[in-house]
Amino acid sequence: MAEIRNYTINFGPQHPSAHGVLRLVLELDGEVVERADPHIGLLHRGTEKLAETRTWVQSVPYMDRLDYVSMMCNEHAYCMAIERLLGVQVPERAQYIRVMFDEITRILNHLLNIGTHALDIGAMTMVLYTFREREDLMDAYEAVSGARLHAAYYRPGGVYRDLPDRMPQYQANKFKNAKAIADLNANRQGSLLDFLEDFTERFPRYCDEYETLLTDNRIWKQRTVGIGVVSPEQALTWGFTGPMLRGSGIAWDLRKKQPYEVYDRLDFDIPVGKNGDCYDRYLCRMEEMRQSNRIIRQCIDWLRKNPGPVITDNHKVAPPQRENMKSNMEELIHHFKLFTEGMHVPKGEVYAAVEHPKGEFGVYAVSDGANKPYRLKLRAPGFAHLAAMDELTRGHMIADVVAIIGTMDVVFGEIDR
Amino acid sequence: MSSKLERLSQTLQQVFGDTLQSLVLDRGEVTIEVSAADYLEVARNLRDHEDLHFEQLIDLSGLDYSTYGNAEWAGKRFASVAHLMSVRYNWRLRLRVFAEDDGFPVLDSVCELWASANWYERESFDLYGIMYAGHPDLRRILTDYGFVGHPFRKDFPISGYVEMRYDPEQGRVVYQPVTIEPRENTPRIVREDSYGDVGHG
Repeated sequence: MAEIRNYTINFGPQHPSAHGVLRLVLELDGEVVERADPHIGLLHRGTEKLAETRTWVQSVPYMDRLDYVSMMCNEHAYCMAIERLLGVQVPERAQYIRVMFDEITRILNHLLNIGTHALDIGAMTMVLYTFREREDLMDAYEAVSGARLHAAYYRPGGVYRDLPDRMPQYQANKFKNAKAIADLNANRQGSLLDFLEDFTERFPRYCDEYETLLTDNRIWKQRTVGIGVVSPEQALTWGFTGPMLRGSGIAWDLRKKQPYEVYDRLDFDIPVGKNGDCYDRYLCRMEEMRQSNRIIRQCIDWLRKNPGPVITDNHKVAPPQRENMKSNMEELIHHFKLFTEGMHVPKGEVYAAVEHPKGEFGVYAVSDGANKPYRLKLRAPGFAHLAAMDELTRGHMIADVVAIIGTMDVVFGEIDR
Repeated sequence: MSSKLERLSQTLQQVFGDTLQSLVLDRGEVTIEVSAADYLEVARNLRDHEDLHFEQLIDLSGLDYSTYGNAEWAGKRFASVAHLMSVRYNWRLRLRVFAEDDGFPVLDSVCELWASANWYERESFDLYGIMYAGHPDLRRILTDYGFVGHPFRKDFPISGYVEMRYDPEQGRVVYQPVTIEPRENTPRIVREDSYGDVGHG
């Protein structure tokens, strides 16, 4: 009889369902996975070390490039860490803007996750629909910061500028006639808030559409129900957070349990799964999008009624207004010092965490009183999730590995840092 | 919130007593420091004690204190800092432990207590060269295959030692010494404590 040997294959580092550069060494017995050894670090840029050589503010754009599908949430944790070290108060309006954009980011992230997860396991259509909605939200990013992805909009002490009164418009070109352009611009006639309100009215209907495509879809359920089951004990010991923890039935959400900014004043619910499998986590993410929609609506209402400053007036931290800088000696000095030497952050250490769409994103910052961080450790949720890959995939078929990578919602920007 | 942190500090003091080298409550966070010899035992107690119940290890990172502040750093060089969280009591704790030997830093591994420590300790080993005794699989994780050195140590230059390029003659990727110089646009400055307060302009 022929000798039967286990088969070792390389999954990645360039594989469309690896969601980036993941090299997964799989040991197979037939089609059953015996051992999975993820090799990460192919996208390691040393963000934490780079941050040690730059001033505190100069590292804000690096945060966008960590988890490049939920940019503003990364910035949020970083800015919160600096604000706690400094003891700076953020104006209320800036807090609402941050919360609103955190939730926009959550929708962006979950849309990408659900779309590509479905794509990976055989449902082509989803990704086309989810990217349609992502487009609207990225326009909101662009309107507020000028960039569709890497916004660098949150700053220590607030946000860079107030919400714009006018949405950017499409312009006629040789591919689209005037009527098509008018249709595209129909909901962009007012301010950014009007545009977002229009979006929040449409979005629950879109969610229903997604559900008709997936929730009762027989193939989708065959691919996800009972796959990658995480027990609550496992989820805790592996340091899972976010939907990976809630999918296993633990009602843990930093927005409720350790509220930051203005989350304690907003009305929303936390969806919790039952079985801890891929399907439950999908349902959690679906419901989180609807809840985020609710939060955005509440923020829009508040922001309409309450104008005010959006960044702290402490000029040791945030630059003065350009107008004042041009006419006032003291402001000029502040401006000069801030943009050459940067702010000095008092000695100490702090760990600031936000409920990032993927889980808990934390920034551990150590300062020795210099104008640069002494040590910056970024706690990425995906890192902890991927660490459990071996345990989750053992005994599953090789095709389920893809389903499990999808449900973990891994992005290598944040795992490799 | 603060009364809760005080309750946590008191419990910690009761449970560990003199084992704690320091307990600091700063900016709404509790930090404890223990010696390397007590580390594993303290960690086990933190997880299993009914009144503490830190069932999650959220983060663990290495730290190199050798260039901290302006003055010469007198203490031990390498530390491992763990962030623990309790879902039951909804509180967090930072646990710091310094490695005894600066030349060959060794600490106990907490992998058997929290599974998530596995990759965090691999990362800390990779970047700082801290050895974790009892770790089941202490390999490099983030750096390149065949990488030499521990890049996050303060004496490791930001531009590294080697760079990589495709060599058309040999028809493969080769490593060579770096051709760029590290450049510092903004120097690192530590000012006196009162700098920037009212009265200093």
